Amino acid sequence: MALRHVGKTYANGVAALSDLSLTVVDNEFLSLLGPSGCGKSTALRILAGLIAPTAGNVVWTDDSSADHRGQIGFVFQDPTLMPWATVADNVWLPLRLRGVGRREARDRIGESLNLVGIGDFADAFPHELSGGMKMRASLARALVVRPRLLLMDEPFAALDELTRFRLNDDLLAVREKLGCTVVFVTHSVFESVYLSDRIAVMTARPGAIAAEVPIDPHGPRDVNFRTSAPYAQLCRDVSDRLASRNRAGEA
Amino acid sequence: MSAPDDHSDTPQAGTATASTALRIAIPLGVLIVALGAWEMSVRLTSVPSYILPAPSVIGRTMVADWPLLWGSLQVTLETTLLGLALAVLGGVGLAVLFSLSRIVEYSLYPFAIVLQVTPVIAVAPLLLIYLPQNVAVLACAWIVAFFPVLSNTMLGLRSVDRSLLELFALYGPAPAPGIWGRFRLRARTLWILRAPAALPAFMAGLRIATGLSLIGAVVAEMAAGSAGAGSGLAYRIIESQYRLNIPRLFAALVLLAGVGVILFLAMAGLSHLALRHWHESERRPEP
Ligand SMILES: Nc1ncnc2c1ncn2[C@@H]1O[C@H](COP(=O)(O)OP(=O)(O)O)[C@@H](O)[C@H]1O
Ligand SMILES: [Mg+2]
Repeated sequence: MALRHVGKTYANGVAALSDLSLTVVDNEFLSLLGPSGCGKSTALRILAGLIAPTAGNVVWTDDSSADHRGQIGFVFQDPTLMPWATVADNVWLPLRLRGVGRREARDRIGESLNLVGIGDFADAFPHELSGGMKMRASLARALVVRPRLLLMDEPFAALDELTRFRLNDDLLAVREKLGCTVVFVTHSVFESVYLSDRIAVMTARPGAIAAEVPIDPHGPRDVNFRTSAPYAQLCRDVSDRLASRNRAGEA
Repeated sequence: MSAPDDHSDTPQAGTATASTALRIAIPLGVLIVALGAWEMSVRLTSVPSYILPAPSVIGRTMVADWPLLWGSLQVTLETTLLGLALAVLGGVGLAVLFSLSRIVEYSLYPFAIVLQVTPVIAVAPLLLIYLPQNVAVLACAWIVAFFPVLSNTMLGLRSVDRSLLELFALYGPAPAPGIWGRFRLRARTLWILRAPAALPAFMAGLRIATGLSLIGAVVAEMAAGSAGAGSGLAYRIIESQYRLNIPRLFAALVLLAGVGVILFLAMAGLSHLALRHWHESERRPEP
């Protein structure tokens, strides 16, 4: 799918995006990287169809007849679980909204929870979980619909580094298994380089794409990669682009 | 749970019960001391019982007049609970209606506010003219209990996490076009999201409404009292006042306070049952 010359000006006059064009390639892991307030969330929500752009349009490049709403999973920055419902019932929600009964959904809920490693916490309430586990539950909720496109809005930003590393690895493993396209919003250069096949660097508000950086070594992403020279080099590259673009934006 | 776990739990459970016992024992001790002082001072100064009866006299009156007082207590309790039940029905029903339709909200909510801000004591005489006495008393209880239920439930129904609402837009089927489609979507979010999210606020409203319903019933009985053939506890108080039967007045007052306390505890228990699994207000701190 693609965003073509998309602009978004909110009702209060804030221009969040202007002339942003971006193509999402099937099966890639694409990161949207930019400083906070540059319109990353806005772009992601336009991709999800949650809000409409005020300029330009969203194009689906594949068989455009299908109902795309059903193929998207979305993970918010906060876990946004229903506090009164168990983890399993929270994960059930997307299916429930499509008319799948609790009993029919049971296997898929279990599968989804196991996939993210919290199979044992199906009957726990959200307040009984740690921040990382809540995020896993939130991810399980997005995965339960078997999305072809997974949209994630700074999902791990609020977590400590160790938890974030583990969730990064687990996310990659899950993706390996499911093979979906991911668009991942982050403001962390290191995280985006570690995870992505490609990084779209954004300018300061109003946001547009400043540069697209392919992350070349398509090899395994693990501790070795995280400590390798190419990784460090890529982080530097991306940081430079981010910095130069935003300096230009300020000037 | 395995045995070792049970074992390690015991001391904690022990301190918990000890502190609960203390929290009951201390105010009870204060009460006993105060009653003792009251009794002593009345006896020492030999104040006549039509001015200040000793606790023992009040107790004896309570026993002697029990059939009469018990009947009155039942009447007041019945009015209070019925008024509360109607307030919950009306308040929740209206709050739900408001959340489904803006037009209904705009056209009715101002009147609900007018009903709330007009002091019930000023409305009671009018109601007593138009309605049979027991219905008028019930209406007063309803009027004061209704608004906290309505406004709290409305607040609760609205305080749903926006992102949770967006999940409906993301994963739900596209809403059918037109008013009917919008209505169905709203009804659905109401049932799945708004109703459970509103429960804590509703419970808070219910607690307030319970106390107010009792007040409304008492106020109306008092307004009616001078005119009439009432039979609730408040009426007994007025009647005892006229007859200078001060011990009975105190006995009725004690019963009224007892009703209030029992209702309060019942609502606290209900709230605990409804929210204990997930809401912060009902979670105990880890020992
Ligand atoms: N609903 C909204 N109404 C008005 N302004 C908004 C809204 N959402 C975001 N904005 C503004 O748009 C800009 C971009 O926001 P956002 O897309 O959330 O940025 P990011 O996710 O990159 O931090 C910000 O300046 C923000 O204040
Ligand atoms: Mg954001």
